[in-house]
This record gives sequence, structure tokens and C-alpha cells, in this order.
Amino acid sequence: MRRGRIEHSSDVHERGAPVPSSEWERASMILGVAVRALLPLLLLFSIFLLLRGHHAPGGGFVGGLVAAAAVALYALAYGATAAQQLLRLSPRGLIAAGLMTALASGLVGPLMGAPFLTGRWVKVGHLELGTPLLFDVGVYLVVIGVTLWIILTLAEE
Amino acid sequence: MDVLLAVLSGFLLAPLAPWLDRRLGKRWGWMWALVPLGLFLFFLRFVPALARGEAFTRRVPWIPRLDIHLSFHLDGLSVLFALLISGIGALIFLYAARYLEGHPHRGRFFLLLLGFMASMLGLVLAENALALFVFWELTSLSSYLLIGFEHERESARSAALQALLVTGAGGLALLTGWILLGQIGGGFEITQWRSQREQLIVHPHARWALALILLGAFTKSAQFPVHFWLPNAMEAPTPVSAYLHSATMVKAGVYLLARLQPIFGTMDLWGATIVPVGAVTFSLGALLAVRQSEAKRLLAYSTVSALGLLTLLLGIGTPTAVTAAMVFLLAHALYKAALFLIAGILDHETGVREPERLAGLRRAMPITTVAAVLAAASLAGLPPSLGFLSKELFYEALRAAPRWPLLLLGNAVLAGMALVAVAGLMGVRPFFGRERSELQFLHEAPRPLWLGPLLLGLSGTIAGLWPAGVERTLLNPAITATLGQPAHIHLAAWHGLNPTLLLSALTIAGGVGVYTGRGIVRALAVPRVLARFTPSAGYAALLNGIFTLARFQTRVLQSGHLRYYLLTIIAWTVGIVGYPLLRRADGIALRRSAPEHMMDIGLALLIPLAALAAVRFTSRLAAIAALGVVGYAIALLYMIFGAPDLALTQFMVESLTVILFVLVFYRLPRFATLSGRWARARDVVVSALAGGVVSALVLSVLEMSPPNVISEYFVHKSVPEAHGRNVVNVILVDFRALDTLGEITVLALAGLGVYALMRLRVEE
Repeated sequence: MRRGRIEHSSDVHERGAPVPSSEWERASMILGVAVRALLPLLLLFSIFLLLRGHHAPGGGFVGGLVAAAAVALYALAYGATAAQQLLRLSPRGLIAAGLMTALASGLVGPLMGAPFLTGRWVKVGHLELGTPLLFDVGVYLVVIGVTLWIILTLAEE
Repeated sequence: MDVLLAVLSGFLLAPLAPWLDRRLGKRWGWMWALVPLGLFLFFLRFVPALARGEAFTRRVPWIPRLDIHLSFHLDGLSVLFALLISGIGALIFLYAARYLEGHPHRGRFFLLLLGFMASMLGLVLAENALALFVFWELTSLSSYLLIGFEHERESARSAALQALLVTGAGGLALLTGWILLGQIGGGFEITQWRSQREQLIVHPHARWALALILLGAFTKSAQFPVHFWLPNAMEAPTPVSAYLHSATMVKAGVYLLARLQPIFGTMDLWGATIVPVGAVTFSLGALLAVRQSEAKRLLAYSTVSALGLLTLLLGIGTPTAVTAAMVFLLAHALYKAALFLIAGILDHETGVREPERLAGLRRAMPITTVAAVLAAASLAGLPPSLGFLSKELFYEALRAAPRWPLLLLGNAVLAGMALVAVAGLMGVRPFFGRERSELQFLHEAPRPLWLGPLLLGLSGTIAGLWPAGVERTLLNPAITATLGQPAHIHLAAWHGLNPTLLLSALTIAGGVGVYTGRGIVRALAVPRVLARFTPSAGYAALLNGIFTLARFQTRVLQSGHLRYYLLTIIAWTVGIVGYPLLRRADGIALRRSAPEHMMDIGLALLIPLAALAAVRFTSRLAAIAALGVVGYAIALLYMIFGAPDLALTQFMVESLTVILFVLVFYRLPRFATLSGRWARARDVVVSALAGGVVSALVLSVLEMSPPNVISEYFVHKSVPEAHGRNVVNVILVDFRALDTLGEITVLALAGLGVYALMRLRVEE
């Protein structure tokens, strides 16, 4: 069952999900409504931070923290289970994906005859894309994964 | 085909083995034997050229900056070993496929066996000492996994661990020795060391290097007093015992001695340590073997003995001794692998592991009987086997030994007698005599099981009958490579009536005596005092000591109270940071600089006030809020001093802390004062010291000149080389990406740790 996807907030209501589970019944309605408005904004902001990091303050680490905070807020309002379903990928999966991404970005160098983790760049139009960005995406995913793993485990308890 | 590919093929195939073996089905397991067989043929092609005195080197740079290369050297010695590894390997693979037919993890077994074979080939062919070390450790590792193959059994696990700890410790000693030698010689290529041996051996550190290397060789080749791991390693499936723990891996130490003989052979330390160790191992192993009742343990102790003899001969190092060592090496590999495989057949067909409980199997198992008799004859040194030739040669070599010839000879005759008794137990006892009624429904072992022992037994006999053939093709090049100069040996089955032949006859006669009187040898009780001081008791005591120490320090450091952890961490940091600061003679000058903004002053006052409030508040919520004030104020400071990245992260961390706090708020215990007056006083002192030390550190960093060499570099290279204007981020994801990779890995592990801790509590 697909639940708790923000784009479908109307059928979320119809199916009665995300239903605050019994222990979350006291969660405030104001928080619930606010979170649904905030979540997309915060996620967008986290990606913004991730992407601008190379030239201006930001980066994968802080971006990951923002995204994790967004999901954590959602967990506060609707419970850990709902947040888990929102994520689709488990925090563990996020960590694994992040580590693999970072590692893969490092392996581009050796494939092109340069040492491990050498930055490689391609120019698309006037946009410069490079392996460091991919690496930062890895950091981003690991940070989200670890933070949420801890928070959701605590929330489930 | 290339040597590099030949060595690596096993590693490349190994990961596929579990999958491939399942696809092949249980009947087609013999296909695995094609891998070592192909390698055997590959190495065989080098034999004619090696017999003409050529040698081959293949070098692939691996980590050139550290002088580590995948360089391989094919000379008589390494190819003799490579042929043994691949040739015996082919028979073992064939045997194992049938022996483990229907075993759920046969694929995994072949994975490990292939990995081992490749590591062993790498070990004997490696020319670079550090590459050799890597392969050396890989053989220890695969041996560990293979001994513990039946890991459900506790005894298998502890035997595997014992073998790993002993050989692993030796491996570390070897590495240290290599590094010392590399420091002296300036490189890690063994041929290079050989050409500069005069300078090497007079260096004051050469003795230490040699001692460490010998430690490695002795542990690997199970020399007294660390021989005990080898008999325990018999927990492994029989093909493993035959392959790793008799024919190949345990010979790695011997190989190393042979390889280094031309470099260190003339040093005093060489003969003075190797000869006694080898001699003691030789006779002790043989005597202990007679006392065993289980076939595999019996053979294991006789292997210990054989390794002792090989070590002893290489320690003597005269041309005759080296010749004897090489002939014995070949003879032993052939007969001992055969005997192990026969022990496996007996176990497989009868379910009985003690040769004493079997008799008269020759009728039911004629082929196995032939193989066993041939192999045992070689072990006992009966003509016309290769074992006989080698015995003649080593008596010859011991008689002419420069040191203690009579003592060595007496020791050898004693050991030889015991080995004859072992041969009787393995080659005569189970097969002859009256047939046991309960064993009469037995039949011959399947072909893949008897083929190996029979071929090995026959090879030993043929080599003994026609020694000139193996001499020219295999032994002479190996001896030349070991001695570092051409050897002129002449093997012959008949040397005429001489004292050596008499000694041989005496050994056999005495051996028959020991065999008949083996009951007495076994009944001899070891004094209890002695039993407490055996090397294996020493190993157990050492291991227990380490465990006790670990438990003690865990109890001290991991009290389970968060406040003590914090106290320990902070006090320790104060110590190691504060001490060097105090030692700085010049002290710290306070620079007076006026604060630029009122904001700075405000924050500087706010932070300590909030901290003080956090300590004084009696409500948890208020205390946490006060801590939050500290955090956000610090983030503001970062902002002001131009570190927006840090500030952003700090803000986020503070916010997440709030969320975490909300999650656990209702579950926290009562907010109480847990510490008494004294504890609080202590905490005040420690925290004041911590604050003082950090302030002093920051101030002294400001004093240092020039403080920004590396940051200048980063600032200048950031845009042209890393295409980024945010230097902090460029450092994180590009310049120092390896550090970051390490950090996110640690982060992932920390997450795992937190998860495990909380799950554990839930389950309780």
C-alpha cells in the first residue's frame, strides 16, 4: 500500500493515512498541517544547499541534515512508520547507496588512469559537472540515512 | 599465457566457485581439477629452459611509490614448488570433488581452495618481498577458513583461530624483518638483496632482521615450540590436511629458508638457531607421532618431524645438505599427501579413524593397499623409493655437518626409527593381518579417491628407480637456485656398501622394533610437571591472559555510566593537549586586540552565562534550552568570523538535537542530581581545566608562524584545479575526499552502533 506521499495529500486523507498511530494521537494538528507544507520546501532547500555547495556555503553534509530534519519533523507529526513509508528506501538503504555513490565517484579516476578519487569534470554547455558533485551526493545520502536511522529508531521505541 | 595470469587465475575463479559448482552439479565436480592441471602444464613448460640454467622474471608495478611490485621470479626452486602446488593440487581437487560430493557447501570449499592455491603460487613465485608477505598472509587466512570449514564444531573454530594467531603473529614478525631489510638494502626485490649480500649481512640490524624472518618461517612451518597448531589443524576436511598441512602451505617456511639461504647462509645466527630448532622438531615430532592413535594426527606429527628435518638441512646449508633437503622435500610431498588421502579413504569407507582398529583391508581395497604400501615404503625409507634415496642423502649430509655431526646423526637415527613405525601403522597395520568380520562388506574406494594416492605413490617409486630423470629436470635447477651456484650432484639408487647404508639398515631394524613395541612408547607417561609446561599450555595461558586483561580494562573504561565516559574522555584530552602546551617554554602572550563589534562582546558574555545556567537549572527543559542558547550563540560567532558553512551546520545540529530531545523527552528518568558534593567539585575542576586548555591552545595557535601554508595552497588551487569557489566544500569533496570517505564510513558505522544499542535495550 502506498501511503504518505505528499503529492497526494488528498487521497492520504481519504484512505485515512498517514494515520497517527495510537501513541501519536496527541500530536498536534497544527504541526501536522505545517509539516505538510514545510516538507517539500525543506527538501527542496536541502537539494539547493547540496547543489550550491561547491561555490557558496552549503554542501552535502548540511543539505543532508536539512533533509533529515524535514523527515524527522514528519515523523514527529505522523509517527515513525509513516515517515518510513515516505522514505520508500530504508535509512540503511540510503546509507548503503550513499557509500556506494561516494565510492563510485572515486573509481572514475582509476578508470581513466588517474589515482583514486581524482576529480574528473565534463562541461555541458556552460555547466560544469564533476565527480566531486557525485561524491557530495554520496555524503548527502549517508548523512540523511544515519540521522534518520537514529531518529526513527528512537521514535519507534 | 602469462605468469601473472597464471597466479591470479585462482583468485579470479574463486568468487565464481559457489555459483559455478551449483551449476555444474555434483557429478561434474571433477572439472575443478582442470584448473590446477592447466597450471601444472603451464609450469611444466618452463622445465627444459630451467634445466639449461635459465630463469625468468616478470614484473608488474603495483604500488611503485612504496617499492611494492607484483614481480615474479621463475627459477628452479620456485618452479619446483609451483609444480608441487599445482600437480598435487590437481589430484586434491579431484579427490575433494568426490569426498565432498553432496556437501551443501562444496562450492564454498572450492572457493577457499582455489584462493589458497593462488596465494600459495604467488608466495613461491613472488620476487618482491612485500608481495611475498601479502601472499603469505593470504595463505594463513585461507588456511584459517579451511580449518574452520565445519564451523559448527567448536573444536574446528578454536583450532582455526589457533593456527591463524600463531602463523599470523609469525607473519607480522616476517613483515617487520622485511621492512628492516628493505631499510638496509633500499628495496624489496629479493634478487637485489642477493646481489648486495656482503653489505647486507655486516649491517648491525641484519641480525634482527634475520631473527624476525626466522620467527615467521618457524611459525609457518610448525617448528618447535610452536608446532602445536599443526596437529590441531587436523580439524580440517582431509583434502585440506593433505594439501595445505602436509604438501604445500607448511612448506612455505622451508621455502623461505631455501630462498634466503644464499643471502644469510654464512651468518653465525643462521646455523646456530636453525639447526637446533630443526633437530628438536625432527625427533620430537617423530616420537610424538608414534604416541597418536588417530591416523590424521599421527600423520600431522610426522609432518612436523619432516618439516624439522627440512629446516635442519637448510640450516646446515652445505651443498650435500641442500641436495638432501630438496630430494626429501619432493619425496615427502609425494608420500605424505598420499598417506593423508589414504587416511581420508579409510575414514570415508570404514568410518574408523584409528589404524589400530583396522586390519586385513587388502582384500576389499587392493588399489588403496598398493598406494599405501608404496607411500609408506617411501616414508620408511625402504629401497627403491625416493624416500630411501633422501634418507641416504641426509645421513650423508649430517655426517659431514660442520657442527655437532654425531649428535645430529644420533638424533636423526632415533627420529628415523619412529618414522618407520609410523609407516608401519599407516601402510601395514590397516591392510594386512586377519580380516575383521565386521569390515568384510567393504569395497574399494571410488576411482577419484584412489587415483591421487596411487599416482603419488607410483611417482615416488619411479623417481626412486630412475633418479637421474628428476635430478636433471627438477632437483638440479632447484638446488642450484638455493645454493646460488651450480651444484654437481649425482643421485643413484645404489651407493655401494658404506656407513650410510648401514645406518639406513639400522634405522629400519630399529623402526621395526619401535613398531612392535609401540605399546610401550605409548604407555610412557609424561610427568605431570612437564605437561603443565607444554607449548600449547603456554599458548592457552597467553590467550587467557589477554582475555583477562581485556575484561579488566573493559570493566575500568566502560563503566556503563555516560558521566564517567565523558569524564574519561575530557580528562584524557586535557592531559594529552595540556602537557605539550605546558612544556612550551615561551608561554602564551595575550595579544590585546579590541573587539570589532558590540555583538562579539554580547556573545562572549552570553555563552558562559548560558552554560552556567544550564548547570544551575533544576528543570530539564530549561537546562536543555540553555544548552541550545550556547549552541546557537556559537553558530553566530562562526557567522561573524566568516565561517558560514560551519555556522549552517551548527544551526542544523542544534535543531536536530531539539527534535531528538522531543522524541525521548517522555521516556527520560527523573531529572535528579546524581553526584554528591565531591563528585561535583571534581567535575568543576575537570571542566575548568578543559576550558582553560582549549583557550590556551587557541591562543597558542594564533602565536604560531606561519599558520596558513596549506590554506594558501587550497585557496589558490580551488578554482583552477577543482572548479569550486567554496574552498571548505572543495576541501571536503575533492582535496581531502579520502578523509571524507573515511568519515562517512565511520558515520555509517556509528549509526549501526546506535541502532544496535537501542535494539538491544528493546529486546531486553
